[in-house]
Amino acid sequence: MNRLTIIGLVIVSILLIVAIFAPWIAPHDVGATNLAMRYLPPSGNFWFGTDSTGRDIFSRVVFGARISLQVGIIVVGVSAFIGTILGALAGFYGGWIDRIVSGYVFNVFLAFPGLLLAIAMVAFLGAGLNKLILALCIIGWVGYARLIRGQVLKVREYDFVQAARALGANDLRILLVHILPNAIQPLIVQASLGMAGAVLSEAALSFLGLGVPPPAPSWGVMIEEARDLSTLQAAPHALIFPGIAIVLTVLAFNFIGDGLREYLDPRQRRR
Amino acid sequence: MRSTIKYKLLNGLRRVAILLLVVWTVVSLVTILIELVPGDPAVAVLGEQATPEQFAQFRARHGLDRPPFFFSFPRDVQGARHFTWHGAHNRYTDYWTGVLHGDLGSSFRTDRPVVDLVLERYPATIELALAALLFAVAIAIPLGVIAGTHKGTLIDNTASVVALLGISLPSFVIGPMLVYLFAVKLGWLAPSGRFDWSDIILPAFTLGAALSAILTRMVRSSVIEEMGEDYVRTARAKGLSERKVVYKHVLKNGLIPVVTILGLQLGVLLAGAIITEKIFGWPGLGLLLVEDGIAKRDYRVVQGCVLIISVTYIFANSLTDMVYRWLDPRIRVS
Repeated sequence: MNRLTIIGLVIVSILLIVAIFAPWIAPHDVGATNLAMRYLPPSGNFWFGTDSTGRDIFSRVVFGARISLQVGIIVVGVSAFIGTILGALAGFYGGWIDRIVSGYVFNVFLAFPGLLLAIAMVAFLGAGLNKLILALCIIGWVGYARLIRGQVLKVREYDFVQAARALGANDLRILLVHILPNAIQPLIVQASLGMAGAVLSEAALSFLGLGVPPPAPSWGVMIEEARDLSTLQAAPHALIFPGIAIVLTVLAFNFIGDGLREYLDPRQRRR
Repeated sequence: MRSTIKYKLLNGLRRVAILLLVVWTVVSLVTILIELVPGDPAVAVLGEQATPEQFAQFRARHGLDRPPFFFSFPRDVQGARHFTWHGAHNRYTDYWTGVLHGDLGSSFRTDRPVVDLVLERYPATIELALAALLFAVAIAIPLGVIAGTHKGTLIDNTASVVALLGISLPSFVIGPMLVYLFAVKLGWLAPSGRFDWSDIILPAFTLGAALSAILTRMVRSSVIEEMGEDYVRTARAKGLSERKVVYKHVLKNGLIPVVTILGLQLGVLLAGAIITEKIFGWPGLGLLLVEDGIAKRDYRVVQGCVLIISVTYIFANSLTDMVYRWLDPRIRVS
């Protein structure tokens, strides 16, 4: 295992613990404003300082991990699930399902900027966490479907699949027991990179005001609130800490994805 | 020979068909998505206090009094749903008719034609995307070549980590940090706007940073791959200097996959420009979409921006595909 992959795994584990135990870890109330304590620099009481309304930035970053990971896990889980089913059916059966999925959906969805589609959907539906998750799932599943379809097309032709068929296994058994376990490895890589993408997209949409509405401690919202010139002047830490949180999270999932890819693809390992 | 021509023709037709299908989907999407707006757009724009006449006038002016689609399932008095056919005079065909006549409707807020608003902002976005692209290429090619030709060394590892960091640094983090550093702290550049030539530096850097990281990785792995090819050995055996081998032979072949990524990324830049424009108050399509469209619930403007950004993206991709085919004859034949 690559050193960066281990660093990634460690960061993700810490994030998960922070997200799960957020109420016990956060020293202050995330929503409590106190104008007398605004723009305080990092200190023993406020580890990351306070923002323009005197809220504790450390507590908000801790609770922000919850939102980020929650969005990431749901989006990746749902997209990978739907993508796997449709991709596997398209690759396995071919025919009209394949013609619709790969001929139309792949061409159309992949010819379209995903972020813009998500922005458009949330702009029309109205902002909110659930709508954001829905939009990210709608743009997300296509990548998984394409990946699995390609894998299934390849594995379908292997001898052991023919052998299983000769032994009288039905389609469902062949697909679930013989093909998918052999086709799923790249999905894990994609899912890891997908987590990074989902965390980024959530922050981006929240930054644009299309995600979780402002009092919530989403990292994207925190950055948006910290970037007006007076706050930048008085409290650059209000921008820096949520920024570091996003970058570390994305970096960690990218490390894991890259490491897994190298591990699973011996061609790359040799290099 | 004839079969190749026939094949080329069919393939070309297929591509055009897919292109048309994609454009059709995009236009349909922006017309249908507006129907999902919760509540009444007229109320959202005019407010609850407007008189019924004002509402009626607003709806008539923007075609909102027409049925949304060819058919619908309205409830009758008992609450049961019935299929009702509305015919060709509906909002979906209205929007299509408009698009085909170069008319994207008029703003719900200012009544100005959306086409005019979009055309005003279009050059700024293209300017930003191209500047970001140039900046990314100028950094990525030398960095990638150095990393690739020094594979496994400290230089390579440093370049790779910097590249990964660049990919993980989103524009909405790097942008405000650049504003802090160069505008607030040092006071060298303006924090926002598009007045002076130097105003493009920060937005272009912000938008291009991730791309330059991706490209650096591409160039690096491409160079490593090509360095193992036979023609490199031949070139070396001929006695060419390493510099000539790399820049005349390796780079030429190694840049082919990079060109594809570049084209595909031009589209990503256009979409990413939405965020960058917001950070720097850069008056392009993205700012129009976010500030005039989404924030003011001017859905006609949202439709127009989404449509134009998407279509530009789609054409940038198709163009890349063509350039790619032209560059690499191996793809043309297979």
